[in-house]
Amino acid sequence: MPAGGPAAAPAGAATAPAPVATPKVQAPKLAVTVTEVIDVTPMIKRFRFEPSDGAALPPFSGGAHVIVEMREGDVLRRNPYSLMSPPSQTSSYTISVRRDDQGRGGSRFLHRDVRPGHRLLISPPVNLFPIDWRARKHLLVAGGIGITPFLAQMDQHARADSAFELHLSVRERAQGAYLDELEARFGGRVHIYCDDRGERIPLDALLADQPLGTHLYVCGPAGMMEWILATARAAGWPDQSLHSERFLAPASGAPYEVTLAVAGKTIRVTEHQSMLDAIEAAGIDAPYMCRGGACGECETAVVACEGTILHNDHFLSADDKASGRKIMPCVSRFEGRSLVLQR
Amino acid sequence: MTTDVIDFRDETFRDDFTFRNSPAGIRRFPFPFHEDRYMYAVNIEPHAPGQVGTAYEHPIDVDEHYVAEMHDRALVLERDPLRYQSLPHMTLAGWDLLELLMDAQATAYPAHFELHRDGDRWRWINRPLGIGDTFTFGDVSTLPYGPMEYITRQSQGDFCIVDQRDGNLWMDAGMVTTQADWSLDFDIGMNFMEWHGPVPLAHELGVFDRALKFLLNIRQGQPVRRLNWTMTINPRLDTSPEEYPHWGPDRTTVTPDNVGQKVHLRVELQSFWRLPRSNAIVFPIRCYLISLDELVTVPKWGRRLHRVLETLPDELAGYKGLTRYRQMTLDWLAAYDDGAPTSPGFFPDP
Repeated sequence: MPAGGPAAAPAGAATAPAPVATPKVQAPKLAVTVTEVIDVTPMIKRFRFEPSDGAALPPFSGGAHVIVEMREGDVLRRNPYSLMSPPSQTSSYTISVRRDDQGRGGSRFLHRDVRPGHRLLISPPVNLFPIDWRARKHLLVAGGIGITPFLAQMDQHARADSAFELHLSVRERAQGAYLDELEARFGGRVHIYCDDRGERIPLDALLADQPLGTHLYVCGPAGMMEWILATARAAGWPDQSLHSERFLAPASGAPYEVTLAVAGKTIRVTEHQSMLDAIEAAGIDAPYMCRGGACGECETAVVACEGTILHNDHFLSADDKASGRKIMPCVSRFEGRSLVLQR
Repeated sequence: MTTDVIDFRDETFRDDFTFRNSPAGIRRFPFPFHEDRYMYAVNIEPHAPGQVGTAYEHPIDVDEHYVAEMHDRALVLERDPLRYQSLPHMTLAGWDLLELLMDAQATAYPAHFELHRDGDRWRWINRPLGIGDTFTFGDVSTLPYGPMEYITRQSQGDFCIVDQRDGNLWMDAGMVTTQADWSLDFDIGMNFMEWHGPVPLAHELGVFDRALKFLLNIRQGQPVRRLNWTMTINPRLDTSPEEYPHWGPDRTTVTPDNVGQKVHLRVELQSFWRLPRSNAIVFPIRCYLISLDELVTVPKWGRRLHRVLETLPDELAGYKGLTRYRQMTLDWLAAYDDGAPTSPGFFPDP
């Protein structure tokens, strides 16, 4: 399969349509202990994780996230959070969590119940928002808590001596996380805009005046990302130079039932569960990676559907979504009479 | 433990071809057929530590051919420096690979390799090649070569580092001197679909779409592997397109009397690893050679190879370049196939 040429190519492809047999192993998880919980703002807490066995954590790449497993009684929640600590630091990882009172409960649990000494399992780092190291310059644009992946990226940029600028928009100075540290470390490369002062990212001017080979990276609220990416495309920026972290928290919605054909089970997905959460709660070891509708790992075939699939992911093409034959159970939901999945 | 101390062989992969496997080397050969007929399978499995005394025991295998292979690589690079290339944005991935290979080799073979880290100040000792260097991790000015070239001059197998972007993989760095007839210099900068362009039929079957999707999601700490195979006349590592005039004609030299010495089974142990700091993926492609004389000393393998080659479809034999000598090889192997049943699995009978 890799590295073309006769011996390196899939030799039998000529005779049999061979599926790629995906090894069904879930990630070996990292056992960590919470060693520090800091109130960054009234809505944001920062958590430091150190390896419970005292060994080193793996280094990672700026933009990576981990899945944090949270067990509260019978409920197991798994949420992705961007790593914000320096990627070469292997003694601990840090994440920042914004409390979402409307969400499925993971951030509330972290804010309310997790204190130093708490033990958690996290996944090894996965990066769906990597730096493109070909860029001549990296233009980073963040909104609010969207700053976190950029904190790790900027550490890598500083080490690599690459050209970068950060433009960060926050509601008000007091609510903004990490502003003082950013300005102290990176000085003139950091630009902060506070909504309450009527400051706004001067996007048109910014996009119009960048050297050839600049790449744009965006992470923040959905509306802000759409605005920035649409403006950049309209200004003629090529898609290959645009990078965005489109993490979706799985939407809540009306409860429904799903039949899993392989497992021979019918399960109920509650209002605040994702379909993937419910599949796992039924004891089925389903594949996943980002849990945010971006990576494609949890893709499942739809065997039968009487109703409407609410495709919430960024992975499937418009044609795939229209065909009704595939679903990403990490973020998508269902409304209707019956849904049968190949799982 | 069988690998504490390796007795490195003094041998060649060109000219006088003195390469041989020791009896223990034969038994650890990664024989690629688990049943008595040719069956295509995309045999991807987790690259987890395997049985002691096999090529799978350690994540990066070092064997008795290490010193001679590194000498052969140096000869190739001296004549053709483009066998190693790394595009400018791949330096960080090179450091990732250096860490992976130093760490794996020092952990598995402490008698031969040592790695000492003090923050970013690293000391690397490679006893078989007589190397001892102190350098600063991340600072290219502290090594005699770039990080990828430095460590792949000291590691068996070819290495391709692919960059991941725009939903594709890009062949942006490589050290390729032991390849089965493909050229890094031709493929450098190509994406996954482009460098597999010449493969017949598989594109239409969607094989590469599925393979690409799988590879894009390879995770840190979860390498996978697969085996691939072909045959090579003489134990020649460098069967590159660039050197074709030197090895292509070897196929005409096989006679019924020299099959056992000339014809070699060539197996690639390909593994796939996500690199941590760069988010690139490295494909180590490790080549193992065994002459048929050596192979038939394991009776199970002699019987099985005869049966597999008999059932190999003609178009595949052509694709692998076996057509000219397949029948002669089958006739020779027939003497080692008494029709007895074989045990399941790859490994020799005890």
